[in-house]
Amino acid sequence: MLSIESITGSIQDFLFANLPGFFAVLVQFALVGIFVISLFAVLGLVLVFMERKVSAYMQIRVGPNRVGFKGTAQTLADTLKLVLKEGLTPIGADKFLFNLAPFVVMIGAMLLMAPIPFARNVQIWDVNIGVLYISAISSIAVIGILMAGWASNNKYSLLGAMRSGAQIVSYELSAGLSIIAIVILSGSLQLSEIIASQENGWWIFKGHVPALIAFVIFIIAVTAETNRAPFDMAEAESELTAGFHTEYSGMRFALFFLAEYVNIFIACAIGATLFLGGWLPFHIGSWTAFNHIMDYIPSSIWFMGKTFFLIFIIMWFRWTFPRLRIDQLLNLEWKYLLPISLINVLIMTIIAILGWHF
Amino acid sequence: MSFIKEYIRTVYRAVSSLLKGMKLTGYYFTHHKEIITQNYPENRDTLNLPERFRGEVVLTHNEDNEHRCTGCTACELACPNGTIKIITQFDVNEEGKKKKALNTFIYHLELCTMCNLCIVACPTDAIKMAQNFEHSVYDRSKLTKTLNAPGSKLMEGVE
Repeated sequence: MLSIESITGSIQDFLFANLPGFFAVLVQFALVGIFVISLFAVLGLVLVFMERKVSAYMQIRVGPNRVGFKGTAQTLADTLKLVLKEGLTPIGADKFLFNLAPFVVMIGAMLLMAPIPFARNVQIWDVNIGVLYISAISSIAVIGILMAGWASNNKYSLLGAMRSGAQIVSYELSAGLSIIAIVILSGSLQLSEIIASQENGWWIFKGHVPALIAFVIFIIAVTAETNRAPFDMAEAESELTAGFHTEYSGMRFALFFLAEYVNIFIACAIGATLFLGGWLPFHIGSWTAFNHIMDYIPSSIWFMGKTFFLIFIIMWFRWTFPRLRIDQLLNLEWKYLLPISLINVLIMTIIAILGWHF
Repeated sequence: MSFIKEYIRTVYRAVSSLLKGMKLTGYYFTHHKEIITQNYPENRDTLNLPERFRGEVVLTHNEDNEHRCTGCTACELACPNGTIKIITQFDVNEEGKKKKALNTFIYHLELCTMCNLCIVACPTDAIKMAQNFEHSVYDRSKLTKTLNAPGSKLMEGVE
């Protein structure tokens, strides 16, 4: 059966058979780089189109429907327009930091691609501290945002960046604690092992109510960490024009825009991996016939399906919920999510020690 | 313990109201028949505008080329930005009495904000809002319109 695993395997065999080891690894680096960058571009186009369509249908509109077949080329046309636009740097801006900031945000998102298992045995880097790596690297984005806000020399940008800093630093706590709940259950920080521990059922089903609570808190926290509405204090169109990227135009603005969507994808991919079993198919106990049918669906489709389901839920949040004020935002984190997730971790530890999970 | 009860109740209320909102948007997402926007240039012939849509001011004429405007200039006074200019004349009736009547109803579409105040002010229901919205022309002077049709006169019985 043709799968991504067999393709990558045969590429590796071909390279190592024809090139000396060092060059084969170099070629593999290049291939992985091309894969990540093209995945970025495709994800940006697909997710922006998806967001515009989802928002349109939720607001009883039709959405983009003119360019290409039923509007599918709309985001491509938008990207082309952004590429052709002038990338302006304001006179008062700190030029070096101003130009560096979008790349910091972008590279932060790119590094997060490494430990994500896209399909069975398809992972760029199966690092043994995968979960720690993810929570560490995802904090880099805030440096880029603060850099952009400071370097723009604009009060709105700085305000947006400061808010974003406060928001990301606080919401990382509950995101981390809800991840820890799963780490306690699976007993490993390695993403491939976390998936392997879900072979007989996903953690969201096996971990009783605490896993469900951890999942809900994780989704809320990543929505806040990716700076999306209802937590879009960093952007705050109505108050701060566009927050930290007010002064950005052309391709550098496009990089911020792309990084936002790629970050959503990564956050949802991690959620799918930790709580919904990653690329594992959906199995129900002893229904062997049903389980066999599910096994026939390729693992990459399972992964993408789960990830896009979570992305859809986050988009659903964005187009339904009212926005929070900055004080309400911090109240939600420090008064509700953090105590709940702390208690949740405690209960989860008790469950794991006593072996009550399935 | 009452504060814990209150805390849990707050969380419950918040979650249930958020879920209520998600239910509604989920309904709209799955039921495309609710969509209210229209594919405009394609459906130009079957365009279905809402009843209260305000496109431009028109002076209604009946089939005998009669309008209901008495030239009272209430609409001109009601207009906040000088869109309407009414030129009146004095007609002499059979009894030899002079009577004010409409000569020209000038309407500057380029100044109009479609606020509907003139229609509200009109005592004889002579003017109304039409639904035509395709106003673009190549020359601005074409937007200054004379609303009363040539040779039209006041409808019988309208004071």
